[in-house]
Amino acid sequence: MLRIQNLVKRYGHGEPVLRGLDLDVPGESVVSIIGASGAGKSTLLRCINRLVEPSEGSIELNGLELTSLKREPLRKARRRIGMIFQGFNLVDRLTVMENVQCGRLGYIPYWRAALRKYPAEDIERAYHLMERVGIAHYANQRADALSGGERQRVGVVRALMQQPEILLADEPTASLDPVSSRQIMELLQTLSQELSLPVLINIHNVAEAREYTQRIVGMRFGKLIFDGEPADLDQQAMDAVYSGTSETTQAASDSAPMPMVTP
Amino acid sequence: MTDADASRVPDSRRHWQKPPFIANPWLRWGVVLGLLLYAVWAISTLPFDLDRISQGMTRASRIFSGAFPPNFARYELLIDGFLESLQIAILATLLGLILSVPIAFMAARNIAATPIYLLGRGIIIVSRSFHPVIVAILFVKAVGFGPVAGILTLTLYSIGFVAKMLAERIEEIDRGQVEALRASGSRYIGVLQFAVLPQIMPRQIGLGIYQLDSNLRASAVVGIVGAGGIGSTLMNAFGRYDYDFALAITLVIIGVILVSEAISGRIRRSIG
Repeated sequence: MLRIQNLVKRYGHGEPVLRGLDLDVPGESVVSIIGASGAGKSTLLRCINRLVEPSEGSIELNGLELTSLKREPLRKARRRIGMIFQGFNLVDRLTVMENVQCGRLGYIPYWRAALRKYPAEDIERAYHLMERVGIAHYANQRADALSGGERQRVGVVRALMQQPEILLADEPTASLDPVSSRQIMELLQTLSQELSLPVLINIHNVAEAREYTQRIVGMRFGKLIFDGEPADLDQQAMDAVYSGTSETTQAASDSAPMPMVTP
Repeated sequence: MTDADASRVPDSRRHWQKPPFIANPWLRWGVVLGLLLYAVWAISTLPFDLDRISQGMTRASRIFSGAFPPNFARYELLIDGFLESLQIAILATLLGLILSVPIAFMAARNIAATPIYLLGRGIIIVSRSFHPVIVAILFVKAVGFGPVAGILTLTLYSIGFVAKMLAERIEEIDRGQVEALRASGSRYIGVLQFAVLPQIMPRQIGLGIYQLDSNLRASAVVGIVGAGGIGSTLMNAFGRYDYDFALAITLVIIGVILVSEAISGRIRRSIG
């Protein structure tokens, strides 16, 4: 259960990117987050695992308040949150197995990783997960030798190696061809069910969001303005999420509450 | 076009001059005049003594005639000197490469906190600010004649170059890999080893090969001030007026440096 309340993120003294956002993700649901570029989708995901520092508000994961954690407790909390990236963010020059084991770096003593003496149960788990997503035969290949879809599978396995309580996916299919893209979405959907894992997916492709997730939330200017099932996302809701350029509409929405001066 | 047409075109459209390099004429002529005056003064104050120059010429011709043909009779000394130079170069390169990694991490703005960054940059600036010959003179004074002084000198020289280049590479790394490992809850040292180090290793290997070549060359030079190796052998040969042996040493130095440069160039190209 992820509970976000009144989340605000402001970079420097500028306009806030997130403006008091509330979101609950119960149990094992797959939630798509849609919204125009700059709506704050990436910032939202990165606030959850504190790659970005939230300015205000509260984020609770299974009862643990994440926003106040520092250093060692923060590091330990991050182990419980898996993340998948648009650019895969694999370590290109390391083998697939080493990349996958990077997901265990937070758990095992540093010397074991440094000497590549990974615990037997971690290796077993890695093979199991890699077989599950169909990349076990690449274990000894360098990560940069794989195709885009295969590399994203490595990214998924790396995140699952953390034995996470939630999975964050930031545009996981945006760098992939249509076929690989659908395969990854399908994989995320089935993994969520198999491992009873909540998954939050930032996504630009609304068709895929409709097809592979039970719940879609729409973001605009740092707030949720849509939250419902794919069937509820009609043309009017789509327009509300996407229409207009960000500057003009934002200016309009900012000035709206101001009292009108009548002559 | 006839001559009559040409005469109607104003003169300013028929002549062109390149604009002067220094636009201000006072400054332009001032710089020229100043340089000329300084050159005249500098030459006039030097003790040019034609007698000494002509004596020097005969001495030089004696040295060169004494140097021909080069004498390889004492090849054992030559080989010993070279082995020592090689030893100095290899040990200094290894030490320099190892020490330069932590210093480069300290001196990379995107990795290190500001005080650490300043310290790292400071170490690099200090180790780069003196020519190896000057450093060698200091180390020979400190630890005495011999290869240890040479190793210390070239280690410092290697750190200055390798750590600077490596720090610049660290500042160019792909941040995504760092972000991914931070997100997984890895410790800081784990992030450095698994997200940063793999990205900079190819550069470090290339730098190492370049530095080995460079250190071999420099080890011959620092030997001249007493820091061991073939340079010391060369200096001794000159001291004993063995000009033919000195020429033999010089020729071998040229040969070895050509070979090492060719090898290191080829390896670095194949690493890419």
